[in-house]
Parts: sequence; structure tokens; C-alpha cells
Amino acid sequence: MTEAYIYDAVRTPRGKGRKDGSLHEVTSVRLSATVLNSLKDRNGLDGHAVEDVIWGNVTQVKEQGGCLARTAVLASDLHESIPGLAINRFCASGMEAVNLAANQVKGGAGDAYIAGGVEMMGRIPMGSDGAAVAVDPTVAMERYFVPQGISADIIATEYGFTRDQADALAVESQRRAKAAWDDNRFAKSVISVNDINGLPILAHDEYMRPGTDMQSLGALKASFEEMGKVMPGFDKIALMKYPHLEEINHIHHAGNSSGIVDGSAGVLIGNKEFGIKYGLKPRARIRQTCKIGTDPTIMLTGPVPATQKILADSGMAISDIDLFEVNEAFASVVMRFQQAFDVDPELVNVNGGSIAMGHPLGATGAIIIGTLLDELERSDKEVGLATLCIASGMGAATIIERV
Amino acid sequence: MTDFTMNVGDDGVAIITWDVADKSMNVLRVSAFAELDACIDEVLSNDAIKGAVITSGKDSFAGGMDLNVLGSIREEAGDEPAQALFDFTMNGHNFLRKIERAGMDPKTNKGGKPIASALPGTALGIGLELPLATHRIFAADNPKAKIGLPEIMVGIFPGMGGTTRFVRKMGAMGASPFLLQGKLVDPKKAKMAGIIDEVVDDPVAAAREWVLSATDKDILKPWDAKGYKMPGGEPYHPAGFMTFVGANAMVNGNTWGVYPAAKALLSAVYEGAMVPFDTALKIEARWFVNVLMNPSSSAMIQSLFINKEALEKGANRPDVPDQRVKKVGVLGAGMMGAGIALVSAKAGMDVVLIDTNQDAADRGKAYSETFMDKGIKRKKATPEQKEAMLAKINATTDLNALSDVDLIIEAVFEDPGVKAEMTKKVEAIIPEDAIFASNTSTLPITGLAQASVRREQFIGIHFFSPVEKMMLVEIIKGNETGPRAVAKALDYVRQIKKTPIVVNDERFFYANRCIIPYINEGVMMAGEGVAPQLLDHAAQLLGFPVGPIQLVDETSLDLGAKIAKATMEAMGDAYPKSVADDVTFWMVDEGRLGRKAKAGFFNYDEAGKRLGYWKGFGDKFPQLDEQPELTEVQHRLIFPQVLEAVRALEANVLEDIREGDVGAILGWGFMPWSGGPFSWLDIVGAPWAAEQCDKLTEKFGERFTCPPLLREMAAKNQTFYGRFGPAAKTAA
Repeated sequence: MTEAYIYDAVRTPRGKGRKDGSLHEVTSVRLSATVLNSLKDRNGLDGHAVEDVIWGNVTQVKEQGGCLARTAVLASDLHESIPGLAINRFCASGMEAVNLAANQVKGGAGDAYIAGGVEMMGRIPMGSDGAAVAVDPTVAMERYFVPQGISADIIATEYGFTRDQADALAVESQRRAKAAWDDNRFAKSVISVNDINGLPILAHDEYMRPGTDMQSLGALKASFEEMGKVMPGFDKIALMKYPHLEEINHIHHAGNSSGIVDGSAGVLIGNKEFGIKYGLKPRARIRQTCKIGTDPTIMLTGPVPATQKILADSGMAISDIDLFEVNEAFASVVMRFQQAFDVDPELVNVNGGSIAMGHPLGATGAIIIGTLLDELERSDKEVGLATLCIASGMGAATIIERV
Repeated sequence: MTDFTMNVGDDGVAIITWDVADKSMNVLRVSAFAELDACIDEVLSNDAIKGAVITSGKDSFAGGMDLNVLGSIREEAGDEPAQALFDFTMNGHNFLRKIERAGMDPKTNKGGKPIASALPGTALGIGLELPLATHRIFAADNPKAKIGLPEIMVGIFPGMGGTTRFVRKMGAMGASPFLLQGKLVDPKKAKMAGIIDEVVDDPVAAAREWVLSATDKDILKPWDAKGYKMPGGEPYHPAGFMTFVGANAMVNGNTWGVYPAAKALLSAVYEGAMVPFDTALKIEARWFVNVLMNPSSSAMIQSLFINKEALEKGANRPDVPDQRVKKVGVLGAGMMGAGIALVSAKAGMDVVLIDTNQDAADRGKAYSETFMDKGIKRKKATPEQKEAMLAKINATTDLNALSDVDLIIEAVFEDPGVKAEMTKKVEAIIPEDAIFASNTSTLPITGLAQASVRREQFIGIHFFSPVEKMMLVEIIKGNETGPRAVAKALDYVRQIKKTPIVVNDERFFYANRCIIPYINEGVMMAGEGVAPQLLDHAAQLLGFPVGPIQLVDETSLDLGAKIAKATMEAMGDAYPKSVADDVTFWMVDEGRLGRKAKAGFFNYDEAGKRLGYWKGFGDKFPQLDEQPELTEVQHRLIFPQVLEAVRALEANVLEDIREGDVGAILGWGFMPWSGGPFSWLDIVGAPWAAEQCDKLTEKFGERFTCPPLLREMAAKNQTFYGRFGPAAKTAA
């Protein structure tokens, strides 16, 4: 079968997803086009070079609605003959874009793709596209819907993680992210976002709080306790699904959960011929991809079964993986992954993650694939696995291998 | 005789009067639909008629739908019950919609005739859904009138437009207490909530005046006007979204997900909120039919409405003259005696409350005082009512005060010797024709009756605690109890507005006979290492109000130990020893007696509030690493109760399965959604139940042995209501 290679991976810096965030003035279309143009320019592509642009994006309304992928192509320097596919698999949208593209290439449907995603969470708030899973009684009641924060706290309760452990993981994420920036480890991927006149708007991740320590996190109130214990009482729903638990231990707060940010990322994927045609050297091959569905109430344990499946499908063992990127949606998600596979925390999210730098929903899957590849190259390792938990009880994973 | 009559006045206003001849309150019968339809057609087509007022010939408007109707539609429809119910419901919608649109031009919304409702009093269920379709609702200023949609209480939901119109009127949030809890309010509060429009002295006159002056705009419903927006927002409006997210969680959590009607109601509201009004009505009808087709709703209607009412009205009352109680003597002013005095005085009876010392008697009476004070605080009672009620209670130590009572209820210490002595003393004083009842919960009535010289006048009247709250009263016939004593007990229970069941005399009668094995199985599982929270949650997920561990803390561990010891003595070698006894005795030794000791399976604070499970229990009886499956735990909790109910039927302790079902729900909260243990067995089927018995027996022991009756019914694939129900009895 044809191999699918990663030729390049870029991302914008992540801006605070608030009205005073640096990227708040930039449209989703423009930020997406910035990434597309960067991939085109950096790699000397002509306008027709790719078969399709597959663009992950979760909240597909307003400027992010109406097939943003195609709009972004039209707003970019790419030729109009390239179509555009907007996809949504919640937090793994960016990864799913990469995986779809890779599998299209492997299947012979085109030589190359640009895959990635965008989320301007400060401009288009999370959840503003509605979600029947939360409000349609035939699903919400029958499937014991609870919001993600409650799910993260269920994981902590079920698998015995404490607030201190979660806070320690958050402190470490901040420390690693700062160290990575200080050491210029993101230089290969992060592109500056400029205005229409070429003036710089943002060139670095601005969400990080490098000084974060256990004391500062300790002062934060658990974010989901009120909705769990009082109104509307989601803990009861959790206990109905998990009747062996006595009560839910609420350990998550803004400091040990992923940050709300604006950002975009893209990956250039192609077959061997594509590289030859444009004189590009493949950086890694996409060895295996997978996606799974799992219990929607605890919701965020997907990285575990996704990793089990991708290892089985690729005939690999956990020990064959040199580095891991496990999206830091919530601290307990990463702790559960480490617990399930007993992996060395030093090999997981070595340059920090979404707790420190933020989680632009539709883009993160593509971001962490790029971050993983950069770090494999920097530390001269071979095989990396990226995985994310996904809303409504799903999981996705990708294994890449340097070539 | 028709239910609806119409008179057109000289002013051109048609007064349509609803007056069902043989009922004290109007209920809607199928035949009446066509009558009202004909009236409305006449109003709309006759140019001489300007408009109409729909009112009632009684002091109330209407009590609702005759719930037997729904069952008969389903049964008469043969193979297509869903279609028949849907057609019936849609016909209702179309008819009510005809009133609401009142001949208006569909495009201009002009040219309709005003139709108002005038409610002299209570308007419930369809008795409110009909007025809701009219253009303006006038209610009499009658603070005793109850207005609302109580359908959810019997396992259905308002299916004649009430759901859709309430939500369109006041939004999902505003409508939720009325739709989800069946909240009833008086006319003033109904106006405040936006259910009705005006509270007046003479609703017919006011409605008539309004009809004469109403304009096209006045009769156009907001949801039929352009630009209508649902109050509070539809589900994908940001505010509405939060409401619906919260509603799902709250309803699911509050009901533990066991009531199909609550879920169907929410779906009807959610799906209906996103479409035009007529489509919303169609959706409401589909979910309504879905609930009617669910066996849970028929079981709930059967037990909680039809059979409960039949028992209250004396379905099993012997044919003897009126035995209503004028003066009752209550022996023992403890918690039970005080409660019995309270409910008796509240029902207007004279009460003599006896105790051995005056302080105790006074304390018993003070219980009523506190109760009334609370009522006054909540504006449910007046100081005058309190004085009148307290004046009815004579708290005394003087047995001679009992010389003119017609009923004695003995609630003294649970000791046969003490009871026998009281019986003899009191019988020497009370009139010869007075009935003597014992409120014992554990001692056989036949045995207690041995102390009586008039055993045919001796009976058990078993109250549940707290007396003023618990709706069930278990009447126990001793071997020699006569029919007049049974009638007396039933008439008394009817006076205090509770629901009676009449059972024969065997150890623990009916209710406790079933509750004790339930608690026992829970305690046993705790001893085996099943997590206590799993036990309680498993029961709550079945619809029990409290799980076995919480329940045993309420009833107390020492009572459990006492019952276990007494049962051991009674049964001798046949007593099935189990880890449940080890647990109970150990807990008693540790002083962990339950809530009353502020220490039991739970820890408690000083005020007696639960603080979580006591971890010390796990040190003595370690929890299993691998906890059992939820369904296995649930079967172990349901079957001990259900099998005991079947054995009570086999042993003729129960003579009527309706009493077994109603008694179980009201007595100990047995899965109300199921309609009771016999209804539950009919839902799951005797063959499946017998098969589960065999599995449970093999794994957990002889206590799960399938009773011969159930085995036989499984072989013949019979249902309990088919074989033992009132219809089968009548046929036999």
C-alpha cells in the first residue's frame, strides 16, 4: 500500500480566547488562510498542489459555519480548484482531518492533502452550535448526559486521583511549556500571525502562566462542584450510571483543565511522488490511525481504548512507543492514560500541553501531531503516539514514525 | 341525558353547561366529546350566536378524564391499540383546536367568535385542558378550588394539549412544577402563574360580558400570532438551552430515571418547542400514546388510581350498616398514639387520649398542637381550626373517660402481657358494642384477642409511622374477628382519608412480612462485602424511595435484632441463619443502632443529618474487590419482597391482589412505576420470574425458592390480574 508522509506541520500561536486576547480581532477564515498560505509558501507548492483541504472545526456556526474549509481555501492563495471539507469530531477534529487525509493518500485518492483545523473560541463560544446530546431527553436522559467537567471528575473518583495530583500535573505542564519556549523548541512549527499589512499580531503562546505553583492552584475553587452537587445536580446522574461510587470527588478547576484559546494548525500530507515532485523530504510516515466510541457519561477515557486498538491494529506494544502526546483536556485524562499503560510521565507531553498553552478545539489534534514530530526529531526518537479524549464518549489516536 | 347543554341568551351569548348527571364532579366521558362538539359547531355556524361561555352546573368545573376510558380504548382496538389511542388523542386535539381557532380566517386571524371559560371551582386534567383551549378563563374567587394538571401522579402526562399550551404560555421552566410535579394551585395563584386570566365573584357573568366586547385580537392566542417567541427560549436559544440541559438532569435525578411519563413529557416539550403549534400537538399525541402503551403507565393507573379509589370506597367492606366513628379512645400517647389522636381529631372525631401519667398524655396532645402550629405558619390552617381541633382531644389518665367511645385503638408498649391487661381493663368500661383495635405491628391479632371477652369485636388497625404522613392503614382480621369490626375499621380509615387494606392474621401481616426480608437481604449483602452505596443506589434505581441500608438505619438495628431473635425463637431449627444476623448483632454491640443513635451504617451530625457511610463497617466486613453486577443486586432486592407477597397470597393473608399492590406502594414505597409486586410480576411475566427464582436459589439459597403458585402460573403462562383480578373474581 502507498505510504502517507508528513512533509510539514505548522501552527499559529495560541491566543487567549477572550475579548482581550491578541487573536480576538482575527477572523476564523483569516487565521485558517494564514496556516494554508504558510504551508504553501514554506514548501514551494503551486496552487493546485493538494487534492483537498480537510479542516477540523467544532463550533460550525456563524463565521465558522458554511463549510469553513472551502471558505478558507477561497480566502487563501490556494487555487479554487482545491475543494474543502469541514469536519467535526469535537476535540479530535484536527487529528481526524490528518487521519482522513493520510488514509486517502494511502488508498490512492490523490497525492497530497492539507489537513488541520481551527477554533476561535473567543469569537465563536464553545457550545454555541447547540448539541442535542445535552438537551434531547431521548439521548440526554437515556445516556446519562453530564458535562465534560463532571466526566473528568468522575474519572478522578473512579480511578482515585486527588486534587493535589491533578494540580501537580498542571504545574508540570506549565513548567514544561515555559522550558520548551525558552529552549525554542516550537520554532519549527509556530508561525507568526500578521495583519493585512504584514504587521505582527501574535508570535507566541499567550495563555501560559509560567509562575504557576501548587499554592496558586490550591486557591482555585473546583469548577464543577456547584453544578454537580446543587443545580442541576449532575452528580446524581453520574451516580446513577456508576452506582458503586458514593459521591463524586470534584478536583478540576480552571488551572488544571485545558485553556480556552484561539488557534489554528495544519499538516501537509502526501505520498512519495508528491515529495519528489516538489523536492520535499518526508519527515515521518503516518503508521496507523484509529477512532473509537466509549461510555458517554465518563466520556473522556477514550485515549485508553483508542491506544489499545491502535496498538493492536499496528501489531505494536506500548513499549514500542518512544513519546506520547495525550491531550491535556483535563488533568485526570492524562493521569488515567499514564495509569492504564504504566508509562513514564517523562515521556508524556514533554513540552507541556493544553493545560498550559490552551486547547483550540478544532485545531489541537493537528497541533499535537506537529508537536510530537518536532520533539521526535529534536530528541532523535523514532515512534510517537498522539491521542485525545473526545466529547460524547469517543477517542482517537495516531502513530507516526520518523523516516 | 346529556353531559353538555346549551342555552343562547337574548344577548346572543351561548352558555354551555357541563353537568354529568350521576357524578358529584364532572368527568369527561367519550360520548360527551360529540355533545360538546355539536354545541361548538352550532356556536360557530349560527350567525345569531356571538360567542360562548363554557361552564359547569356544579360547584367545581371538572375533575378530569375518566381514566377507565384510556384502558377501554386500548382494549377495544385489538391489534392496533397505538393507532386507536393516537386517533382518539388527535381527535381531541382537533376538537380543542377548533375552539381555539373559533372560525378565524387562517391567514388574517380575523372573524372568529369569542369562547370563554367560567370555572366555579376545581378544574383538573382535561377539566383544565378544555378551558386552556378557550380564549379567556374566568375563575370564581374560591380559595378551595384546585387548578392544575395532576396526570403525572398516575404515571401519564397531560395529553390533551395541556403540555403544549402550558409550555407555550409560561415557558418550559415556568411550566415544569405543574407538568412534572402535578402542582395544583388555587385560582389566585393560577392567575399569578398565568394559567387563568381572571378571578372574579361571578365568572359566568364576567365571561359573558367579555364575550360581548372581545375583539379579533383578544381571541388570538399568542402562539397563533406572528412573531411568537416561547417564554424562556426554545431549546437552542442560549437561555433555553441551559433550561433544557438542567431539566433533563433534574428530572432524571429526582426520579432515578424510572418514570416513563416524566421522560416522555420532557421529549414532548423539547421536540414540540421547535415546531409550529399544530405540529407540537401531534408530537405531544405521539409521546402521550407512547406512555399509554408502556405497561408501567397502565399499572400505575390501575394501582394508584382505579384500585386505590376502589379500596378507599370500600371494595372489600362487609355489607353491614354505617359504622362511622364518633368518639375514639386511643390507648398510649407515644409517637403512634399521638399521631392516631391527631388524624382522628383532624377528621372531626372526639378523641380520648389515654396514658398512664398525665404528662405523657399531655405530650401526646402537644404533638397535635405542634402540627397545627406548623400548618398555621404555612397558612394551611387557622388558629380557630387549631383550637377547635385541640378541643376535641381529651388527654387524660382516667379510663372512665372511655365509657362512651365507639372505637378503641390500642397503641401501648409492644408486649402481649401489657396489651392483655389493657384490653381487660378497658373492655370493662367501654360500651358493649364498641370495637377494640390494636395498632400492633408484630404481634398476631388472634393471640391478642385471647384477652378479649368480645373477640368478634377485636381487630388490628396497623398504622405506619409517621401516622399523619403515611397513607396506608393495614387492617388485620383475627381468626374470630367479625364483619362489623372490619366495617368499623374501614369506615374509620375512610374518615381519616387514608387507604385501607384488609388482611388475614399471620406473623408480620402483609407489609412488614415483605419489608423485613428486603432489609435483611440488603444487610446480608453488606455483610458479604457489597458496597453499601451500591445497595442503596441499586434500590433507588429501581424506584424505591430509600435503599435497604438507609432504611435499616431509619428503622433501627436493635429493632432488627429484636425481630431476628423473636423469629429465631419462633422458628427454632428451621431458622435460616445468615450473615445478616452477624451484621445486625455486631452493629448493635458497637452501639451503631441507626439514626436514632446518630450512628449506624451512616455517620450523622448532631441534628441527625446523614454524613456518609461509616467506614468502620468495612473494617469488620471488608468490601469485595469485585463488586457484583447491578442487576444481580437489584434482583436480590426485589425478589424477597415479591416472593413474600406471593406467599402472602398463597397463605390467604392477602385476599385481594389489589390490596397487595396498593399496600406495597403506599406502605413501603415499592417501585410505584411497577404498580406493585403483582403488577410487576404481570409486567415481567410469571415464566421469567420463575426462571429468576431458580437462578437466585441456586446461587444464593432456598429463600428464593419459587412459590408453588408462581411456578404453576409460569407453567400456564398466567397473569395475576388475569387469574386473581377483580374481573376474574366477578366471573368466578
